[in-house]
Amino acid sequence: MLEVQNLTKDYENKPLLKGVSFEVAKGELVCLLGSSGSGKSTILRIIAGLEEPKSGAVLWQGRDLRDVPTHKRGFGLMFQDYALFPHKSVAQNIAFGLQMQGLNEEEISRRVKEALESIRMQSFAERPITELSGGEQQRVALARALAPSPRLLMLDEPLGALDHTLRTQLIQELRAILHQSQIPVIYVTHDREEAFGLADRLVILHDGVILQEGSPEELFEQPATAWVAEFLGLGNLVQSVVTQAEPLRIKTAFAELTLPNQSIQYSPGQECQLLLRPEDALINTQNSARENQFECIVRDSLFMGEYHQLELLCGETTLLARSQTPAEIGSKLTVSWPAEKIRVFPGS
Amino acid sequence: MTKRPALLTLALWLIPLVFLAYFFYQPLIAIFRLVFSERFSQGWELFEWSQVSKPLTFTFLQAFLSTILTLVVGLPAAWLFAKFDFPGRKALRAISILPFILPTVVVAAAFNTLIGPQGWINQALMALFNLSTPPLKLLNSLPAILLAHVFYNTSIIIRIVSSSWSRLNPRLEHAARMLGASPWQAFTKVTLPLLLPSLLSASLLVFLFDFTSFGVVLMLGGPQFSTIEVEIYNQAMNRFNLPVAGLLSVIQLSITLLITLLQNRVNTPRYGKAALNPERSALSRPAKRWQKVFVIFMMITLILLFAVPVISLITRSFVTLEADRGQRGEVALGFTLRYYRELFQNRSGSIFYVPPIQAIRNSLLYSGVAILIAGALGTLTAYAMAQRARFNKFLEPLFMLPLGASAVTLGLGFLLIFNRPPWANSNFPLLIPIAHSLIALPFVVRTILPAIRGIPESLREASRSLGANPLQVLLKVDLPILLRSLLVSLVFVFTISLGEFGASSFLSNPHTPTIPVAIYRYISQPGALNYGQALAMSSLLLFVCGLGSLLIEKIRLPGEELF
Repeated sequence: MLEVQNLTKDYENKPLLKGVSFEVAKGELVCLLGSSGSGKSTILRIIAGLEEPKSGAVLWQGRDLRDVPTHKRGFGLMFQDYALFPHKSVAQNIAFGLQMQGLNEEEISRRVKEALESIRMQSFAERPITELSGGEQQRVALARALAPSPRLLMLDEPLGALDHTLRTQLIQELRAILHQSQIPVIYVTHDREEAFGLADRLVILHDGVILQEGSPEELFEQPATAWVAEFLGLGNLVQSVVTQAEPLRIKTAFAELTLPNQSIQYSPGQECQLLLRPEDALINTQNSARENQFECIVRDSLFMGEYHQLELLCGETTLLARSQTPAEIGSKLTVSWPAEKIRVFPGS
Repeated sequence: MTKRPALLTLALWLIPLVFLAYFFYQPLIAIFRLVFSERFSQGWELFEWSQVSKPLTFTFLQAFLSTILTLVVGLPAAWLFAKFDFPGRKALRAISILPFILPTVVVAAAFNTLIGPQGWINQALMALFNLSTPPLKLLNSLPAILLAHVFYNTSIIIRIVSSSWSRLNPRLEHAARMLGASPWQAFTKVTLPLLLPSLLSASLLVFLFDFTSFGVVLMLGGPQFSTIEVEIYNQAMNRFNLPVAGLLSVIQLSITLLITLLQNRVNTPRYGKAALNPERSALSRPAKRWQKVFVIFMMITLILLFAVPVISLITRSFVTLEADRGQRGEVALGFTLRYYRELFQNRSGSIFYVPPIQAIRNSLLYSGVAILIAGALGTLTAYAMAQRARFNKFLEPLFMLPLGASAVTLGLGFLLIFNRPPWANSNFPLLIPIAHSLIALPFVVRTILPAIRGIPESLREASRSLGANPLQVLLKVDLPILLRSLLVSLVFVFTISLGEFGASSFLSNPHTPTIPVAIYRYISQPGALNYGQALAMSSLLLFVCGLGSLLIEKIRLPGEELF
């Protein structure tokens, strides 16, 4: 439905977006994930028509929106700071978009009532905005954006300003409301928990370009680059150098590992990074590929409920590993990662 | 602040209260007594109402028109400064808010050099078309008054409205656009209602200043246009009809008080953080074509309005025009320092003639005394107000009232009550700095009070626990922290005193004029030399006040506003 084509934009004479393209399908919830300052909000503002791109286009059902002003695009945007009108009550805020559509009073009050019910704030209708808590404001802002039934809803870090407990609770609520509404959604966040918890599809933005897009499972299993793996917090990233091409042997600061059956051809001397996921670590077990086994010292052992998280010092490198049993701090143990579970990313 | 003995608070109040009672309330009561005793003894039947209704109607009319015109110029200017970044922005903003600190006589003189019979426009037309008399009679007209008022008060709109506009969260307008509002709807339904309190407050303040305008109207309006202020002066000084002058003062005072109360009421910020801009600056370069056109148009308008009269005044004070010497037809421009040199010479033998340098000396002396009085009383008052005493609630309004009473009213009151020993004759001129300090007192208190309130009590407690006695605490803790605000307020007193015209015009006798009074006298006398000297003095005053405001901007803390 929505197609974003090759957007570029400068900020203070430096390129912020360097050609961003993605699509949003009908009823789909797309999460735009990136660190702060990566230009996520700017993409939303360009789609909304609040800012103009340097080049590129925004299409809705194949039609270029270049000459369509913001208020005629029929898109909803929920702002990071909610931007609720402080001179209007909760109900008046929600009614604003409906009034702009020229609906009659009866229709407006009916839809405002519905919207208040959907966020379970019926009794708040006449309250001034200034008396609401952060979570309440967040819900009113969502209801206000949804009330005029936008063709597309965009949310700019909607949970950003809230504390952690409230966030986890609101993610559930948000998910229910958004899936029920059937409206395509672009959800911008820098928080991977939020993104994994909500998205049908993830789009990862870094340094002005999209690094990867796909379902949460795809990204989790197959991160495209070391940056994506690190940003998503998938595990230990280890700097290393190729010593032998076939079969692939790679040297790290603490060990030399053999990684056969790679899809890409490497050459000796090439720098690369390895992803060692904590949950794939094998502790004190004899691995069939003995080369990928090394000794380390336990620096810390934390009980996490379902597992113990070990902080291991291998040479001068610290690695995290999961274990079913606790380990004594200061003790030595051997750890190994199965070759087929290690991902190699070319480059440093 | 911790609880302090009420006795200390009372002691702090004592001197300011006595001073105010003697020099402000006593004259004020004298005016009231005069008005009511006169009316009780003579009745209202013989009273000529047109003496009151005519100036009253005109005052409202010109204040209303001036305010509307000021808004017409000021609102786009406020938008310009709130939203756009463009080359020369800082300089333009500086010249746009400069007029507020200019003395009325300087403004009147500046417009005189532009549109007066000896001003640039008329002289240029005379030279161009070989005319023997000035073709444009722009002086002594309503447009001249309105123009000067717009010049004066646009700075108020710019200061108040543009600062609240730039602090307004731009996302509120964006949110409205996202909900289907057109740019105009977003402005009228979201931005305008949120700006309304500051807009109303600024407009009322502008109306108040236009309503109480004295020097500008006296010097640019001529005999046929008189506001209440000018009429008080005329009735008292020219016709010696003190009862009518008093009645006008009473009316004037009640109306200004009403407007001030109204203004305080709308001034309260209602939405707190909810409407505030989360980012520090929302300025953007004009990107669209119409934005560029708007910025250029406003730059030209503001430069024309603000820079041209000032430049006109300064240049005219250095220029002789041949036509001035009576050789009509052949106008030759000539650069001269004569007007400045003549300031220091006593040419006329007349006993009423006072050399201009004497006026400058007087003014400096008076402003020195005013700084001492207003500085001392203002600091005492601010400390008294900073205490938590229950009676402060009743005493505070007593101190802010002088802000509502006009300088002319003050002058009239002084004239009524102090025109006898020990004040008459030689001591009488001392009343001028006293009047100036009364006028400046509220500004001093308003500047220092927030600074005193801002000193954490824990600092004083800490220094006491380290062995400092109360005096040492005051000198080592309070004073260094307050120094900036104190300096700002003293410079402010200095510029107020130097430029004050209303009260001084009542109180300076022929031998003891202040600079503004001398300017008024010289500019209304015939002859190129008198005119030139008035302009030279105006330019000097302009320079000193400009320097003063520059100093205030440099030393004041960011965020402090003077009104």
